[in-house]
Amino acid sequence: MLRKPHYLALVLVVLLVLIVFNLPSQTVAKFKLAIGGLFVPLFGLSGSVQKTADRAGNTVLPRSEILRQNEQLRRENDQLKLRAAQTEEVWRENQQLRQNIQWQKQTPGRFKLARVIAHDPANWWRTVQIDAGSRDGIRVNMPVRTMDGLVGRVSAVANTRSQVLLLGDPNLRVGAVIKETGDTGVIFSHSSNALENNMVNLGFLPRNSTLRPGQLIVTSGEGGIFPKGIPIGQLVDSQAAEYGLSVEARVKLFARMSALEDVWVVLQ
Amino acid sequence: MYGWYCNERICYMVEWLHGCIGADAVPCLFTHATMQRFNHSPGRTMNPINHILLILAAFLTVYLQASFDLFRNLFGTQFDLLPALMVYASLTHSILFIGLFALCGGLFYDSLSANPLGISVLPLFLAGMFIYFFRALLLRERIYPQFILGTTASAVVPLLTLLSLFTLNYHPLFGLGTLYQLLVMAAVGGAMTPLIFRILDKVNRNFNYAHLPESSYRPDREIKRGKGLR
Repeated sequence: MLRKPHYLALVLVVLLVLIVFNLPSQTVAKFKLAIGGLFVPLFGLSGSVQKTADRAGNTVLPRSEILRQNEQLRRENDQLKLRAAQTEEVWRENQQLRQNIQWQKQTPGRFKLARVIAHDPANWWRTVQIDAGSRDGIRVNMPVRTMDGLVGRVSAVANTRSQVLLLGDPNLRVGAVIKETGDTGVIFSHSSNALENNMVNLGFLPRNSTLRPGQLIVTSGEGGIFPKGIPIGQLVDSQAAEYGLSVEARVKLFARMSALEDVWVVLQ
Repeated sequence: MYGWYCNERICYMVEWLHGCIGADAVPCLFTHATMQRFNHSPGRTMNPINHILLILAAFLTVYLQASFDLFRNLFGTQFDLLPALMVYASLTHSILFIGLFALCGGLFYDSLSANPLGISVLPLFLAGMFIYFFRALLLRERIYPQFILGTTASAVVPLLTLLSLFTLNYHPLFGLGTLYQLLVMAAVGGAMTPLIFRILDKVNRNFNYAHLPESSYRPDREIKRGKGLR
């Protein structure tokens, strides 16, 4: 049934795939980013359309509503300015005390706001593309978060966009701690349940941990990628794992993974 | 000639199978007449613009899959229309173009995904090649075979991709939820395939020369009645 052109096509495709698989990983990564770069104009276009639609929506907003929102924002701004001044004072005091007892100085975190432009088209990975890249100072392994909590880490960087591994992806593991008890574990995911993308597992917890639903889970700072203290989620339930040697808990993430729009990349 | 002979043999075999199973019970995807119709199908005369348009469609499909979140938020899984496009390509284009389409579509898909680059190419190509072998026997104009082919391809291609990932020692999310995802993908792919056929056939008609209807009537062969017959 196979004829010469069929053999030719089959051999060509298999050969090309084999060549791509056997290329050095850096070359493949560059090649992948270059192909992905073809989509950048479309992402830019959709961003502009969205902005235009938002502006069009703003024009039909009544003046009284705009004034009310403006007033509310002004009040909020004043409160935040006051709090920022207080924090600045506390920060200075903290640095002074650290210097007195000769502890390592802390540097304040810098953030880069980025917009989520695409999700992974494959259903078996949890990644997104953001519109900030190496020209914005983004590097591989930088943590990504929202105002609510941790989202993931940067896994690949192009000039104008980056790929972010989300919590729930099988390739992402995060050292975490239960704030109340101090028990440490590892956040991971092996659930393929499509409708539960805001749930992850907290595994390798000590057998005698006292776990209660609602306990706060934050990053432990172990591993060197994620800074200490970034909120991750709330404990939902737990069960024994590995024949009772450890405990595994389910954690509901604070960040809404299905509705990610703007994220912050932690630059330092 | 050999290929035609082979196809004819398959066709008779399928008809014999239909006879055994009961043609009324099983809706017929293949007929002998289809093969003859296929040989006169206008879809076979493709120009480069058709090829470019189909690759452009693959590009836009991948873009839509990556940026269109409404479906993902509603059903918890994303649709995949590349297999449906491959069904169209394999029923209307040459085997070399099927290879090119699989290559471009797969690379586009993998470039926006965490998949290793090139992993989606082979499953797409295998699905396309399988359909290509039997395309002479398929009623490509009918909605039912289009739906069946679209559904099957939309389920098989991701399954083969997952299999390739596991073979290459990657660990994607896999479990009972995957079954639900495959079902949704297959249903959407199947439902969209007839629509893709309608749209792309229409586009192709606009970019091809118009198909002249052939008439059996020839004025030079007309028998004129003479005096003796009056």
